[in-house]
Order: sequence, then C-alpha cells, then structure tokens
Amino acid sequence: MQIARSHVLICGGTGCLSNNSMKLKDRLEEKLAELGIKDEIKIIMTGCFGLCAEGPIVVVYPEGSMYSRVSLKDIDTIAEEHLLKGRIVENLLITNRGEAYDEEGHQVENTDFFKRQKRVALRNCGRIDPENIDEYIAYDGYKALGKVLSEMTPQEVIDVVSASGLRGRGGAGFPTGKKWTFAAASKGDVKYVACNADEGDPGAFMDRSVLEGDPHSVLEAMAIAGYATGAHQGYIYVRAEYPTAVRRLNIAIKQAREYGLLGKNIFDSGFDFDIEIRLGAGAFVCGEETALMNSIEGKRGEPRPRPPFPAVKGIFGKPSMLNNVETYANICPIILNGAEWFASMGTEKSKGTKVFAVGGNINNTGLVEIEMGTPLREVIYDIGGGIPDGKKFKAAQTGGPSGGCIPASLIDTPMTYDDLSAIGSMMGSGGLIVMDEDNCMVDIAKFFLGFTVDESCGKCPPCRIGTKRMLEILEKITDGRGELEDIDKLEKLAKNIKASALCGLGQTAPNPILSTLRYFRDEYIAHVVDKKCPAGVCKKLIQIKINKDLCKSCGICAKTCPVACIRGEKKVPYEIDQTKCLKCGACLEKCPFKAIYKES
Amino acid sequence: MKSLAELAELRQKSLDKMNMRNTDTRERIVVGMATCGIAAGARPVMNTFVEEVNKRHLGDVSVGMTGCMGMCALEPMVDVYDADGTKTTYIHMTPEKAKRVVAEHIVNGQPVEEFTITAKDQNNA
Repeated sequence: MQIARSHVLICGGTGCLSNNSMKLKDRLEEKLAELGIKDEIKIIMTGCFGLCAEGPIVVVYPEGSMYSRVSLKDIDTIAEEHLLKGRIVENLLITNRGEAYDEEGHQVENTDFFKRQKRVALRNCGRIDPENIDEYIAYDGYKALGKVLSEMTPQEVIDVVSASGLRGRGGAGFPTGKKWTFAAASKGDVKYVACNADEGDPGAFMDRSVLEGDPHSVLEAMAIAGYATGAHQGYIYVRAEYPTAVRRLNIAIKQAREYGLLGKNIFDSGFDFDIEIRLGAGAFVCGEETALMNSIEGKRGEPRPRPPFPAVKGIFGKPSMLNNVETYANICPIILNGAEWFASMGTEKSKGTKVFAVGGNINNTGLVEIEMGTPLREVIYDIGGGIPDGKKFKAAQTGGPSGGCIPASLIDTPMTYDDLSAIGSMMGSGGLIVMDEDNCMVDIAKFFLGFTVDESCGKCPPCRIGTKRMLEILEKITDGRGELEDIDKLEKLAKNIKASALCGLGQTAPNPILSTLRYFRDEYIAHVVDKKCPAGVCKKLIQIKINKDLCKSCGICAKTCPVACIRGEKKVPYEIDQTKCLKCGACLEKCPFKAIYKES
Repeated sequence: MKSLAELAELRQKSLDKMNMRNTDTRERIVVGMATCGIAAGARPVMNTFVEEVNKRHLGDVSVGMTGCMGMCALEPMVDVYDADGTKTTYIHMTPEKAKRVVAEHIVNGQPVEEFTITAKDQNNA
C-alpha cells in the first residue's frame, strides 16, 4: 500500500452534507485521478467540525490548512494548487475575520472560533473518519474500556465517575456517578443500559454531531457503563430523522463486534456486552426517560409515573440506566485522564465542558464546546463572532422548549447549571438560540408553546389541556385582542402546570412563558395595552407602509408583492392596500430606496 | 480483542497512518513542488520522504510541499526546518539522497553537508 503524503479531511456532518460536501469528495477524487496524484492523497470524510456557518469545510494536512465555503470550482483549485504544487490557496482559507492571512492563523486550531474552545466530548469530531474504527483506536479509542476491564473493579469505575463531578448533559444535570451507583445497587440478574439519542429540542444538534463524528466514543462508554452497573445489553434510542447518525452507528457497532470490542468475553475478561439500536419516530416526549423506555419496549411513547424509578424498574421491568449521548462522550476521557483532570475544568458545581449548538442571529452558527462557567458574552462575541449586520443582542434562549431566556442585561452570566437556573433559564441539552432586536419575545414564547402543544403526548390533563390554553392566550395577545388580566391568567396557569404535569415535558413547558414574562413583561404590556409589537413581528399589530417622500415610483415593490396589493404609476408615490396586505415583508426587502417601513 | 497489548499494537499501526494530521511537529521537511521541481523529479523525492518517515515511525516529522524557491536550476530542492527554526536547504535531490537525509539529518541530527546548497557555493569558490 502506498503511504499518502497528504490527507484531505472533508466534513461529512449533516450541515456540510446538505451543503454538498459529498459532491466535493467525488469531484476531488476525479480531479486527483486526472492529475495523476490519486495514490498520494488520502480523502477522509469526518464528522462535524462545528463551524457549520462556514461549511462545507475542507482541511488539508500536513499543513493543517482549513478551507471554508468550498465550492466545486474551489475544490479544483485546491487540487491543482495546494495538492499538486504545494501552494496554499490563500483566498479560500478561513482566516480570523478582518485579519490578513498569516502563516499560522489558517490552521484549524489557531482560528478564534477553535482557539477558545476546549474539546472533550467533541474531541474526535472533525479529526477522524467515523466509519473507520482504526482511526478511533489511534486516538486512544477503546483504551478506556481495556483499562476498566483489565485493571478496575466496577466500584472503582463508579468512584472515578462520581469523583469527576460529571452531571447529565441531557438537560436536568443529575450527577452521573449517583445514577450509576443506583443502577449498580439495584438487585437483578438482567439489567440494561441505554443511551438517549432522541434529541428533539428545536435548534439542538450536538448529540447528532457526536454520533455522526465519533460513534465509537458512545459505544465504548456504554460498555464501560454496562461493566460498572452489571448490565450486558445496551440500547441506543436514536431518532429515525438522523439517517447519517444511524448509518454510522450501525457501521461502528459492526466494526466493534468484528474486533471483539462488543460481544462475548471482551478483552478476555469474561465480560459480555452488546448494543442494539432502537429507532424513534421523532416524538419529542420520547426524550423523557420513562417514555423512551416504553418506546424501546415497542409500546406507545408515553411517560410512566415515578417511582418506581428506572434504576429499579426500567426497560422490560428490569433495572435500567439511561444517559445522554454527550454524557457518554465524556466518560472515556475521564477514565483515561482521571477524575481530577475532569474536575479541574469548570466551576465547583458544574465540572468539565459543555457543548452548545449555537444558532439564530449569530455569525458563526455551529457547535462549540466550552469550559463550564464561561460567560455567555464570550460564547456570543468571541467564539460566535457576534450578531450579523451590527444589530443589538437582545436575548439568548437556552434549553429549547423547556428552557428560558437570558436577557442582554445578564450577558455576563457564567454558563453553569446553577447560574442558569438561578436566572430562570436552564442548561438544557445545549441549544443556544441567539436573538437580536428584531425578535419579539411574545412571539418566541408562542413559538415554543406551539411546539409543546404539538408534542404533548396527551396522557396528563395539565399538559394536554393546559399548554393548549396557554397557547390560546398567547395568540390572543399577539393578535391584539389581549387584556391585562390575560397576563396574570397566563402566569397562574403556567405555575399550576409546572406543579402538576406528569413528566418533564409538561413541567417545563411553561418555562419560555415564565422567563419572557420575567424579563420582557413590558413587551407583553405593549401588545396588550398599546396594541403594538415593538419588534415589528406580530403581523396583526403592524402595518407596512411606503414613505411618500422617499418613493421613486420604480414599481419594484408592486412586482414583488405576492398578492398584488401595491399600486401606483410613474411620478406618483406607490401605495399599499392595507386590506389585502399579508405583511410578508417581501417589498420591504426589495425596495432599493428603503422607502418601505413597518409601523406598529 | 484479547488484551491491552493487542490494542496498543493496533493503535500504533493506525496512528502511523494518521500522524500527518498532527501540526505540532518537531521537524518539517518541505519539498519544492512547483512546475520546475516536478519536472526535475521532485515527486519521487517527496514520496520517498513520506515512505521513510512512516517506515521509521517518525510521528513528529511532517512532510510538506512548497512552491518555486526561485533557483529552478537546482531543483529538486528540499528544505528541512529543525525544531529551533534552523533551515537546511538540500539541492539536486534524488530518492536515494532523500533516504540519507532522513537517516542522518532527521534521525541523527547531522545534516548531510555534501547535499546542501552551501556545499555547492563552497565548491564554486
């Protein structure tokens, strides 16, 4: 076999795949064959690099040059210039915004986006080929499992996990060591461990990225969890909407079985462990642990009352333990580097790092992994690159439909479990949606409520009926029919649902309302009393108008309007027929003279 | 998989194939691969370096390419950057010479004086 002199890593995460990175690979293969250097260059499809906004990403080693937004034409240039002649294509490189190209700055690790991150759970994403177990093994893969099986007792494993201070990364932040202790203490000859990969928060995609970029890290950690708690069977519950993740998981399980890293008598220790995949149909409630267990058993995905807790009576009535994907992804480094190493990162009560899926109105949309306790400001401005078009930061939403928002005044809040709960938000699974001055907070609350109403399983009345009633009140407010007492009614209802719903979905569903009421009550009042939407979002409360002095009667707006409600003629300013206007805003974007505006 | 030793062996084997992705290297070998270099036979030189470095498990040595160094008559040219930044320029390289550079310079820290550009200058003087 010829040894490659250069490795080209192309991002094969879902973000870049949807940006045609597979076509880039095909094109590059063709081009290399054409240039006659096919045998010298190795092409590797990796997992997500995290910088989805700049995708598709291509990295060329040994130089470590990172190219962003690579088109089919660009890949030809990279092949001809960089790979054939060794000349780095400077104008395609990712460089720190506004900075000139420098020798080191183009390397993956030296960009602002990566420099400030600390990658533990995402350690292999974008570095290895997720479909090749050898590459995982090269970066210390399965060494933790080997160490555990040949040198440690189950209790020692649990002690290390407990001492590390790792807390569940799925949202609630329950100490992982405690969970493992309960499962290990539970009596029973058959036990199960499971992995919750039913990532459902709108805007969250870190679990998907771990499964796509480093599936073996989850398999290995599950085997370790099985050894620690006395289970021999693992289930990964993953949603069918993640086809790439499912495919790579299947490949990984097959490879691990071939190497004897799953199956009978692993590492000659007498320990047997195997993993099966269960596909979910995409119901949000199945991310709740008891609903998930029902779904694994083939039943309807509805939550069960607790107690009995899963550690006592879980999957098929047997003691079971469920951890989130990201939690598992942290296990192997903890075993290899020790509990002290992990505990040295983060804050007193929130150890280690956390992955956030940063989206919304921010420049560097993507995945970032930061040390716990990093202030939100750093995530948004230093790593995230700030808000596009110079707009003002208004709030960030964490925890998706179960979470709350962090207003601009609290932008220096350290990102930890406790600091976020204290201000009425939550860590959640790590979705971080950034909002600017053009977002209406009542509308945001309505959006999340709409989501929970759709996703409520209907088993308990507080959630089934209560969320629907809350949504109706919100709609009344955004339609301009709200009264002041509606706000009080909303708040009371929210508190009651929080106290009485059966599972986490219902108990947290009112959070978006409670937290927007807490920080943006004046916006609710503006909707109710003044019948105005300050951000100009709620359609019933705004009018789109043409400024007669600025209008040059060019007619572009009239051509753009989908309902043909704009009329005018040469030299006479155009006018919008308010009775027909849909308030879509299409004309507003197209007007070359900025003569069209929203009035609320 | 039966033992940690077996895993370690597999790990080393895979790691050798991936060392290229480590940009934090001790020594850097840069081969001039512009049209002039390629025409003079830089490609086999480059491939020899890659093979030698791999054969000897020199994980902390990178082999890269660069463009025209401006002295096309001396191609194929190769620069070796030591950890302290010292640059040694080799000229008129061949696969055989490349093997000696790896053995003497990279492994034993003794630059092969007779192949360097300074040796040529001294001969002319």
